[in-house]
Amino acid sequence: MYDKLIFELSQTGRVGYSLPKMEVNSYELPEFAKRESDLILPEVTELDVVRHYTNLSQKNYGVEEGFYPLGSCTMKYNPKINDELSSHPQFKNIHPLQPVETMQGALEIYDNLSNHLAEITGMAKFSFNSIAGAHGELAGLMIMRSYHLSRGDTKRTKVIVPVTAHGTNPASATISGMETVEVASNELGCVDIESLKALLNDEVAGIMLTNPNTLGLFEVDICEISKLVHDAGGLLYYDGANLNALLGLVQPADMGFDIMHINLHKTFSTPHGGGGPGSGPVGVTKELIEFLPNPQIIKNANKYELINSKSSIGAISGFYGNYLVAMRAYAYILSLGKENIKNVARFSVLNANYVKESLKAYYKLPIKTVCMHEVVFDGLINEKASTLEVAKRLLDYGYHPPTIYFPLLFHQAMMVEPTEVESKETLDGFIETMIEIAKEAEENPEIFKTAPHNTPVRRLDEVKAARKPIIKYRDLLNE
Amino acid sequence: MSKVLGNLKYAKSHEWVKVVGEYAYVGISDYAQDSLGSIVYLEVAEVDDELTQGKNMGVVESVKAASDLFAPLSGTVVEVNEDIVENPEKINEDSYESWMIKIKIKDQAELNKLLDAKGYQAELE
Amino acid sequence: MFKYFPHTQSDIDQMLDKIGVDNVKDLFAEIKPKLICNKEFNLPHSHSEHELRQHINDLGKKNSVLTSFLGAGSYDVYSFSAVSALTSRQEFLTSYTPYQPEISQGTLQYIFEFQSMICELTGMDVTNASMYDGSTATAEAMFMITAQTKRNTVLISSAINPRIIEVVKTYAKYRGINVETIPTNDYSTSIKDLKNMLNEDVAGVIVAQPNFYGVLEDFTEIAELTHNNKSLLVMNTDPSTLPVLKSPREWGADIACGEAQSLGIPLSVGGPYVGFLATTSTLLRKMPGRICGITNDIDGKRGFVLTLQAREQHIRREKANSNICSNQSLMALSVVIYMSLLGKSGMKEVAMRAYNNAHYLHDQLIASGLFKQVSKKPFFKEFVIEFNGKTKGLNEFLLKENILGGLAIEENKTLLCATEVRTKKEIDEFVRLVGEFNVR
Repeated sequence: MYDKLIFELSQTGRVGYSLPKMEVNSYELPEFAKRESDLILPEVTELDVVRHYTNLSQKNYGVEEGFYPLGSCTMKYNPKINDELSSHPQFKNIHPLQPVETMQGALEIYDNLSNHLAEITGMAKFSFNSIAGAHGELAGLMIMRSYHLSRGDTKRTKVIVPVTAHGTNPASATISGMETVEVASNELGCVDIESLKALLNDEVAGIMLTNPNTLGLFEVDICEISKLVHDAGGLLYYDGANLNALLGLVQPADMGFDIMHINLHKTFSTPHGGGGPGSGPVGVTKELIEFLPNPQIIKNANKYELINSKSSIGAISGFYGNYLVAMRAYAYILSLGKENIKNVARFSVLNANYVKESLKAYYKLPIKTVCMHEVVFDGLINEKASTLEVAKRLLDYGYHPPTIYFPLLFHQAMMVEPTEVESKETLDGFIETMIEIAKEAEENPEIFKTAPHNTPVRRLDEVKAARKPIIKYRDLLNE
Repeated sequence: MSKVLGNLKYAKSHEWVKVVGEYAYVGISDYAQDSLGSIVYLEVAEVDDELTQGKNMGVVESVKAASDLFAPLSGTVVEVNEDIVENPEKINEDSYESWMIKIKIKDQAELNKLLDAKGYQAELE
Repeated sequence: MFKYFPHTQSDIDQMLDKIGVDNVKDLFAEIKPKLICNKEFNLPHSHSEHELRQHINDLGKKNSVLTSFLGAGSYDVYSFSAVSALTSRQEFLTSYTPYQPEISQGTLQYIFEFQSMICELTGMDVTNASMYDGSTATAEAMFMITAQTKRNTVLISSAINPRIIEVVKTYAKYRGINVETIPTNDYSTSIKDLKNMLNEDVAGVIVAQPNFYGVLEDFTEIAELTHNNKSLLVMNTDPSTLPVLKSPREWGADIACGEAQSLGIPLSVGGPYVGFLATTSTLLRKMPGRICGITNDIDGKRGFVLTLQAREQHIRREKANSNICSNQSLMALSVVIYMSLLGKSGMKEVAMRAYNNAHYLHDQLIASGLFKQVSKKPFFKEFVIEFNGKTKGLNEFLLKENILGGLAIEENKTLLCATEVRTKKEIDEFVRLVGEFNVR
């Protein structure tokens, strides 16, 4: 198995580049600013680089190899046409600070995309300045705070978050200068209305919800929740992480949400990139447009312009967000078109329920009602192996495991999200394997203790990595 | 079954206290170290810091969790166990031998707010 | 049927049968009918690839690709084919965050290599898997210094990119952190003003090298003053200059942060780019973001894992240092590949080309008699210069020749840039055109 760091391939004098001949004079750097310390960077040929990273890639698992049922991540197919279009030289080579007259095409895409997303979600306008989902959450909460402050309401510093929420929700609340207050779930796994009523007062800025929630359930009381929060003077924030379950079938605006973010890298097929770049546009109702991050794109007569709103929360990133990522989402929406957009949710929910029904005889279902686009199991019914062990064993069968140990409510949680792109055959293959593993846990539990067996590395020592962190090549040299 | 030593006092937040005259040694219980898993890092108050009962005084981290530490008593920190700070894995080996800080107790009456071994045992159940 | 949906009617029937409902609609039965959106969307029709290409081409015609003499935070860079070839491999492009390390060793290893190279360039002990961009990295550095010192005021040099200052102020505003801008003197941070502004509430000082005006500042005294005040020094820097310039660590900075777009990432209408944040081992636990570390597996093989995760949002939730969930992973890969191709010698050569090109441009403009020097301060690849006419008019003229002029600073001053990519021919043409404009 390939095991080299790029630095370890280095041979003094090797180069991996060629540049045009240097034609201008050489100038001297000022002494006081010159680098004195040494610099360890590799010296390798182009082939070394290509081989090295090709070998590394082969130790990874991507959506194009097989099923990737990570709950809450929406690992759908990333269409190739989107890759092609987002590398178009008439977009790739545009400097963000060019005069707007010279990038009308670029601004038109952003404006069109905002309109399309608004049309689908019922919001009025989207800003793409937020670079990731969590960044969108932050922007959304800043908007919430600014809205209250603009009305002279300084007391509202609390954000209600369900106890089942994703970690970014309370973290975003903290970064936006507000305090998190948790609301309990009822026995159905949804927000408990009585608990919510007890928390609502004039210190509450709003509530952050994802719908369906992190358990894969639709918050059936959403209309009542929305009325209660609005009556108490708060706003509703929609975490769009689970939008794939409702896309085009239910509009967040109709549910009463005032602010939302979308994860383009989930719902709108842009690639995850191993952890980014994503894009987390934030959308608002008409009353809140003035608070969107600066700069904003507007259409004036037939021209696109950049404006700064006085009541904006301010700038939250260097330019206009992850433009080329948003371009992929734009292409995706156009590929689907109005004819197909509503089927995304229909098929993803169908797929998740099919998996649920097929595995409920082997894996505990803490919530027995119809699920939405993802299903949560709470470990094996036979309890002969932990969720972690099941996940590691799944690796041996060539599958990426589902999300494990989230939501925190269920101690052996396993969240499966099949997305709408997976065929019945793919699902049947996965189901068969999961059943096989459940049986193995009864008949051959030993194999779980040593799984995975077929992966490039097995059972990495995470404790050692945390106790004595070695995070750079120089640390290795110094060892 | 986690160990609970009879001669110690306990806070609900899983810190233990060993009173020696006007001083107290503080650590975390066996239940706490077991719940955390392999401990990788410890950050705790410094010498001369003033602590208030119930307020945050540090954090203990494992690979998958981070737990805040709360001062079981008010007082001034007079000593920090550098060995445990450098080698926090010792807490997993024996949490009752691994004291973290020694404080000069400000108000002995605060001890009444802590649980005795039996009371803490009941809490765990 | 649609190309992204595999379900045939037979599939649907069998699946509904297994589930025990009659229609897919029944799966949404618990949603109140009034919430179901029945309208037909006012969206474009479903486009085939052919139509999509035409559409994007048409929109592309409304954009002009220009020969850039503008920097201001986004720089024209060399493109190497191996970068896009490797980053478009599906194993890198479509994979998720490496939470299952056994099948993500590729991602984890390139993150380790990225961390290694950023630490080499900045001289710092630790760094993370990358940040959204340079401006948010600087804002996060601000959070680090206020958390570490428990002080609430941050001083930021006015010689920093105004957009970065704006982002820092936005982040600070909502957390009640007090940000004050240090005035400039001769396009550099004013040390006199800094002295007056330092006090016991100052958590730290943020400076940039090169600064927004391209100037190379001497931070010796600034570092000393900052540390004597028990404050921390944050240096925002362009990593493409670091192979030849004194590193933030050598200057005494406690945190280095900045934008790595200049390491081979195309202009991209402003994104995706990639930020970095690096620091000393003292501040490690205050640093947000993902960190990858080396370890062994059960067979003794070397492997990589995300480590020190207990600092992050999914564990600490509202107590996390930050709310960051993703990094800009694929962009970090792009940067690592770029730096590997160039290597030690190439990185130095590219840095010096930018330096030489900018200085050649500067000298030619002065020699033309149409420009005046505004400062004797040394600069790297950008500089402010005074024109004997209006910058706006000049830029409009240059635009007709598909040239992107500098950033207007006051009516007759401009911030010009010449990166490594500019050729002598292009620079000479620029100077010639200025002459032509002047004669009109």
